[in-house]
Amino acid sequence: MTEVPVAKDAVAGTNDLVVLKSVNKHFGALHVLQDIDLTIARGEVVVVIGPSGSGKSTLCRTVNRLESVDSGSILIDGKPLPAEGRELARLRADVGMVFQSFNLFAHKTVLENVTLGQLKVRKTDKAKAEEKARALLDRVGVSTQADKYPAQLSGGQQQRVAIARALAMDPKVMLFDEPTSALDPEMINEVLEVMQQLARDGMTMVVVTHEMGFARSAANRVVFMADGRIVEEAAPDQFFSNPRSDRAKDFLSKILHH
Amino acid sequence: MFDFLEGYDVLGAFWTTVQLTLLSAVGSLIWGTILAGMRVSPVPLMRGFAAAYVNVVRNIPLTVIIVFTSLGLANIFSVTLGAADDFDAKFFRLAVLGLTAYTACFVCESLRSGINTVPVGQAEAARALGLGFTQVLTLIVLPQAFRAVIGPLANVLIALTKNTTVAAAIGVAEAALLMKEMIENEAQLLPITAIFALGFVVLTLPTGLLLGWLSKRLAVKR
Repeated sequence: MTEVPVAKDAVAGTNDLVVLKSVNKHFGALHVLQDIDLTIARGEVVVVIGPSGSGKSTLCRTVNRLESVDSGSILIDGKPLPAEGRELARLRADVGMVFQSFNLFAHKTVLENVTLGQLKVRKTDKAKAEEKARALLDRVGVSTQADKYPAQLSGGQQQRVAIARALAMDPKVMLFDEPTSALDPEMINEVLEVMQQLARDGMTMVVVTHEMGFARSAANRVVFMADGRIVEEAAPDQFFSNPRSDRAKDFLSKILHH
Repeated sequence: MFDFLEGYDVLGAFWTTVQLTLLSAVGSLIWGTILAGMRVSPVPLMRGFAAAYVNVVRNIPLTVIIVFTSLGLANIFSVTLGAADDFDAKFFRLAVLGLTAYTACFVCESLRSGINTVPVGQAEAARALGLGFTQVLTLIVLPQAFRAVIGPLANVLIALTKNTTVAAAIGVAEAALLMKEMIENEAQLLPITAIFALGFVVLTLPTGLLLGWLSKRLAVKR
């Protein structure tokens, strides 16, 4: 009898939520992802940083297959990422995504943006979906804007709605693809605060960003990418105070001066 | 002065024109939307079919298509569209079929240009939520695409209204057929053509104005 729980543990006990194994991708002649191995544990906050064109956004987008890969495997919660069709859609519903350009549905109100996935994918009934949407909008601090259209909101408000829209699906993991890069400086903090709160609540997060302050304070691990490779992985303190690779030293010396 | 109008049912003829227009408009809107969906679908066979259909059918003169529905579909293949004994109804329905098949190409291409105005991020965000291709298309992309192409669709609708005159070629009793008959019987060429020209303007002008207003009102703000 003792073998049963052991066997169970071996399956359910794996704490790895997202696993990328020797992932390769090309954009034409450009080898944008080169043998990427990355494992993200449940509840972990991983911040991906690196210079422009290093492949960090592409990496983020491969996790829910908005970008296909040429070789290698990606597992989410132990299941390999399906190539297409219904299976892929089901898996994407469990992976929340927040984009640099918000991508709120322009022809729908804020409330409709947050209820759409619940209604059409989760098949939640309307009253419940709206209740949840309003609670989430309240949580990200835009509850008074529920009946407006995205274009009537500021960038920071739009991005917080986008976070609420992703959270409404009860995702296992949240992907953030440069969520603050399109924002005015004074709006960056309101979005980062929501993300920090999310990290404290134990959400598994992959965050591609240039916000080093956020990486320092919220990340469990920093992944530094350059030229399509993961050059260095370390805890934030260690990475920022004592980077091992020359490429990372060079990168940090250019951004941390002022 | 207008006694040459006596004995002719001008309003009735224009009513047939209106019916041809409305039915063909609804038909081509539906068929054109399906074609546009096929042209952007991930299935190569669907894309290929829709592209071939549009490029063949829109390049055939409408007269040839309408005459084919009568001489080809009806006479050779015995397609009667549920009106085997009622000649008027049969040719009316065949004309609607021909107009729909033809106009759908232009609806499809207008819509496709509308789809291109929808930022790619809209579809990505929808896919990221777990929506399937058809849901992304019908819930997110097409509603925005339609609003972007109300103006071009008004052009298509106006062209369709005037194209219904081709149905005269297979004897559908619409405005142009009556005009031809009246010109032959009455020595009043200018007044008769003027009346029919005015009739079409009365039909198409409000269409353009109404859809122009709608297109501003429904424009998606980004």
